[in-house]
Amino acid sequence: MSAPAPHPDPFPAHWAARGLKLLVVAYALYAASTLDLTWTRFVSGLDHGAAFIARMFPPQTAPDKLQLLYEGTLESLQIAILATFFGVALSLPLGFLAARNLMPRAVCWAARGAIALCRSLHPVIVAILFVKAVGFGALAGALALVVASLGFISKLFSEAIEDIDMKPVEAARAAGGSFLGVTIMAVIPQVAARFIGFSSYQFDSNLRNSTMVGIVGGGGIGAPLFTAYQRFDYDFVLTILITVIALVLATEALTGRLRRLFQ
Amino acid sequence: MTPTEPASDSALTIRHLVKEYRRGAPVLKDVSLTFASSGVTAIIGPSGTGKSTLIRCINRLVEPTAGEIWFEGENLAALPPARLRRVRRRIGMVFQEYNLVERLSVIENILTGRLGYVAFWRVWLRRFPAEDIARAFALLDAVGLGSDFATRRADQLSGGQRQRVGIARALMQQPRLLLADEPTSSLDPRTSVEIMDLLRALAERERIPIVINIHNVELARRCASRIIGMAQGSIVFDGAPEALDDDRLATIYGGEGWLQ
Repeated sequence: MSAPAPHPDPFPAHWAARGLKLLVVAYALYAASTLDLTWTRFVSGLDHGAAFIARMFPPQTAPDKLQLLYEGTLESLQIAILATFFGVALSLPLGFLAARNLMPRAVCWAARGAIALCRSLHPVIVAILFVKAVGFGALAGALALVVASLGFISKLFSEAIEDIDMKPVEAARAAGGSFLGVTIMAVIPQVAARFIGFSSYQFDSNLRNSTMVGIVGGGGIGAPLFTAYQRFDYDFVLTILITVIALVLATEALTGRLRRLFQ
Repeated sequence: MTPTEPASDSALTIRHLVKEYRRGAPVLKDVSLTFASSGVTAIIGPSGTGKSTLIRCINRLVEPTAGEIWFEGENLAALPPARLRRVRRRIGMVFQEYNLVERLSVIENILTGRLGYVAFWRVWLRRFPAEDIARAFALLDAVGLGSDFATRRADQLSGGQRQRVGIARALMQQPRLLLADEPTSSLDPRTSVEIMDLLRALAERERIPIVINIHNVELARRCASRIIGMAQGSIVFDGAPEALDDDRLATIYGGEGWLQ
């Protein structure tokens, strides 16, 4: 048997990638050392944590507190529903305008700019702006979450549209379809199921965020939660947290079911 | 020279058609053709020779760089978008990969052929005129599927069944000309023959001419009354199937070894 012919190495080393990985690890260690992230600091922190948790039990169930909890939770839920509804309704057109395969370049870039603006600030910061602009209350919180929904859904939606199969679109155009006709028959059927998926994920996210906008005056359960923290009512804090967790888990189960239904 | 309308006995007249995707590199080099108002014309030629570009220039899915395309008294190459859409309604098209909307039902896909005629809100609400729906069911029978298929989703069909839906969609437009871009290239040999026979029979029934791009020379010979051979963006053969001998094939495809 003759010796095998020499061949090039099929898996050549990628030195740039190796160097980058090493750099990331080195920086993480360096950053931890500058921020006093040490083991002793962590252990002393655990002591505080234990005391904090001890003061949480048993959870507060006084009728006046439960009334406060009920009103706040209901308002959070309403904020989440309204924000999702209007956010989704507005991101449909915005997502279309941002799709590169259907729109002229200028329209597309303008829409992408608007989406990037919506995404660039955290919902809490947007909520602060709206509280200053329209005053304390659920309206400011809902508006902030409409902006967050817009940024998230229109981006994913425009990407879904860019991923569609253009062949049916070509066929619909060849049949003499107008832009609207082509959109209705050849584009929307291809993205409808994914759009419902994005919207339900956004509802989950809006519900979690609606408990937070209250901290800055945007309505919902966040306000009583923040007050309870500041007054060291840790037992009431626990009651609120348990309620929020239960609510979020319940809606995630529900929206998960919804997504399966439309697959 | 101002464009003048050609004699009215031809269904389609192409004059000096040029298409360049990149400047100075024409895919179609000054193509001129006239198509009679009936019969099957097959365009054959090697891959990448501009067959598909030629057929897509006719209904302007691809924008011609220069030239005229005369159809029913109008030069399509010069039409503004709204009027182009009106003309496209009268040109049906069948595609290699069927181009159906996978998530829509068979009947919805067929009714897509009415997009140029029906107002968008009617399409949105699926309130198509009753005569359109009746015609869609008639076509479903005519292409050999039958009304049981109407509410099936397109992604449940086989390749041959999908192409039948594609043909029904094209005929739904009540076209005066049918274009077919490699309609059988994704199908097995037997289904290919069936689809070509169906196309020919339906075009005869509707009394409309068909222009077909096709790879398979035997299939072209079997179905077409006229064969056009293209090579490198130009027409190198135009005649009856009987005139297409090995010498001519060698001119179209180049080389000779493959003909043995």
